[in-house]
Amino acid sequence: MNDQPHRDPPDERQPTHRTLPRYSATFDPHTIAEIQRAAATGIYDIRGGGAKRKLPHFDDLLFLGASISRYPLEGYREKCGTNVVLGSRFAKKPIELKIPVTIAGMSFGALSGQAKEALGRGASAAGTSTTTGDGGMTPEEREHSSLLVYQYLPSRYGMNPDDLRKADAIEIVIGQGAKPGGGGMLLGQKISPRVAKMRTLPEGIDQRSACRHPDWTGPDDLEIKIEELREITDWQKPIYVKVGASRPYYDTALAVKSGADVVVLDGMQGGTAATQEVFIENVGLPILAAIRPAVQALQDLGLHRKVQLIVSGGIRSGADVAKALALGADVVSIGTAALIALGDNDPALEAEYARLGTTAGAYDDWHEGRDPAGITTQDPVLAARLDPVKAGRRLANYLAVLTLEAQTIARACGKSHVHNLEPEDLVALTVEAAAMAGVPLAGTNWIPGRS
Amino acid sequence: MPDFDLADAPVRELNAMLHALPPDTNETRWSIRNPGGKHAIACGLDRAITVEIAGHVGYYCGGMNKHATILIDGNAGVGLGENMMSGEVRITGDASQAAGATGCGGLLVIGGNASARCGISMKGIDIVVMGSIGPMSAFMAQAGNLVVLGDAGEALGDSIYEARLFVRGSVASLGADCIEKTMSAEDEAALAGVLAKADLAHVPTKSFKLYGSARKLYHFHVDNADAY
Repeated sequence: MNDQPHRDPPDERQPTHRTLPRYSATFDPHTIAEIQRAAATGIYDIRGGGAKRKLPHFDDLLFLGASISRYPLEGYREKCGTNVVLGSRFAKKPIELKIPVTIAGMSFGALSGQAKEALGRGASAAGTSTTTGDGGMTPEEREHSSLLVYQYLPSRYGMNPDDLRKADAIEIVIGQGAKPGGGGMLLGQKISPRVAKMRTLPEGIDQRSACRHPDWTGPDDLEIKIEELREITDWQKPIYVKVGASRPYYDTALAVKSGADVVVLDGMQGGTAATQEVFIENVGLPILAAIRPAVQALQDLGLHRKVQLIVSGGIRSGADVAKALALGADVVSIGTAALIALGDNDPALEAEYARLGTTAGAYDDWHEGRDPAGITTQDPVLAARLDPVKAGRRLANYLAVLTLEAQTIARACGKSHVHNLEPEDLVALTVEAAAMAGVPLAGTNWIPGRS
Repeated sequence: MPDFDLADAPVRELNAMLHALPPDTNETRWSIRNPGGKHAIACGLDRAITVEIAGHVGYYCGGMNKHATILIDGNAGVGLGENMMSGEVRITGDASQAAGATGCGGLLVIGGNASARCGISMKGIDIVVMGSIGPMSAFMAQAGNLVVLGDAGEALGDSIYEARLFVRGSVASLGADCIEKTMSAEDEAALAGVLAKADLAHVPTKSFKLYGSARKLYHFHVDNADAY
């Protein structure tokens, strides 16, 4: 007799206790795919948009709201101002925005003519400004923008004194958040005959803009450059200086020393038309970490609210607007969110995104010029898909919502103007955000690095 | 002829007067004394007038000029005639860095030498330097003609696009993607035209060599990685 216990033969249909495939946190699937892509092509990845990694951001802050010690304002009746004047320091003709949200510089070239027109229409309807980009001013955007900021970039593509005099303000671009220290890039697919002509370049080449201004070096020269631009325009126009967030305290102080009316500070979530992925994700500061040092510089110089501060990089909602203003900014600027409002990454275009190897919500190959939404393209057939009137209306709607949301929060904090929001209204949910924003960790009096 | 003394009044006052001239002004010849190296003198002009400046000027003299002729008897600071659109800027002495930077049109004539980055990012201007030019000149030069009767410094024409660089003397070194080219009849005619405008028609075109873009960096390619 066999007195061994009975044991069924192994059944290959039964689940076995094998180790599940485990992805490395270091060599995750995206990383592996990038190594494989690099090995196959020999060129770095280029894309549009801003940093996609998880960063400390405005989500990590909360408003306290009014209670016994603070009076709120009635949500639908009591006035909560949103207007802001820019350029009151030196310009003879400062500009006034009705809302504390403006449209960031984006070039004709990076964007279609229709998209530029839509930005102008939407911004104008909302009572705010829009901004040219690295490619000069088009007659269309001037016509459709009641307030137009003319960028003065290292490349000086299309720069001319007539457009300078037509502008409502001048923005000297030192850098941008997506790539502090980097110049523009526009690949051949988007160098159409018109774009090439405006930039005095051959058609179809991969165009790399300069990263340094050609005729000044350092803050002492910048001061003289600003003086020249003021002389050319007879001291009428507000002059902004835009920097990517990297050393915000010193950059703000130096911009002010150089004579700027307005400082524009762009965090690493700020978008770009085309830049190396490695640059976008690894250089610069998130905007949350940059605002307080910039405001401190203005306060140390006695010029907070006298030299205005515009901040950008990942602004999405009225809460983000309110938080940026509470930290001391005067205005926020939007780029990526404005493009989304126009129609970028629309789920209705999912089938076309799939054909491009991506999906609605993740499309960032803005440099390729194949945008099914007709925004980041120079293809006349694709561009014709964007109706500038309807898209402009969507942007105006979105700007109205941002403003209403910011007002809602400001009233709840008892403020009769959004600029009366202050750091004291905020707490942070994480130690990191508390340190960066200089506000207490929620439920404590602790501001890391300060107390 | 209006006479303006910058020892007595600020540059702002001068520029405001020049900018306010009507298109049909009779005041077409201006004399400026005691510039004293001040910055932004006669920048942003938009009238076909002649401005004579007796002495040295600072940064950005004649910047963004349109139509005007600006004659400087002295030396100039950084960015002489930067982003000129048309007209002429002529100087008897030396020019500092970035002379004619990003110029889109017109003629810049430098009687002496020009420092580094002469003609940087030029976009259609004609620049004539009677002496020599410094390093990194014509960096990313897009269009126009740079004519140098003397020598050129290091890295001439680095990352150049379609500008033409004519140099009579030696070139210390060429920048990325800049090569010596055979001068075609069209190139030679363009050179002769620029020399004539600069009152240098007697200088033989055959004494120059032409430099321009090899056009190898016009598209990203891994095999050019060491040049980027």
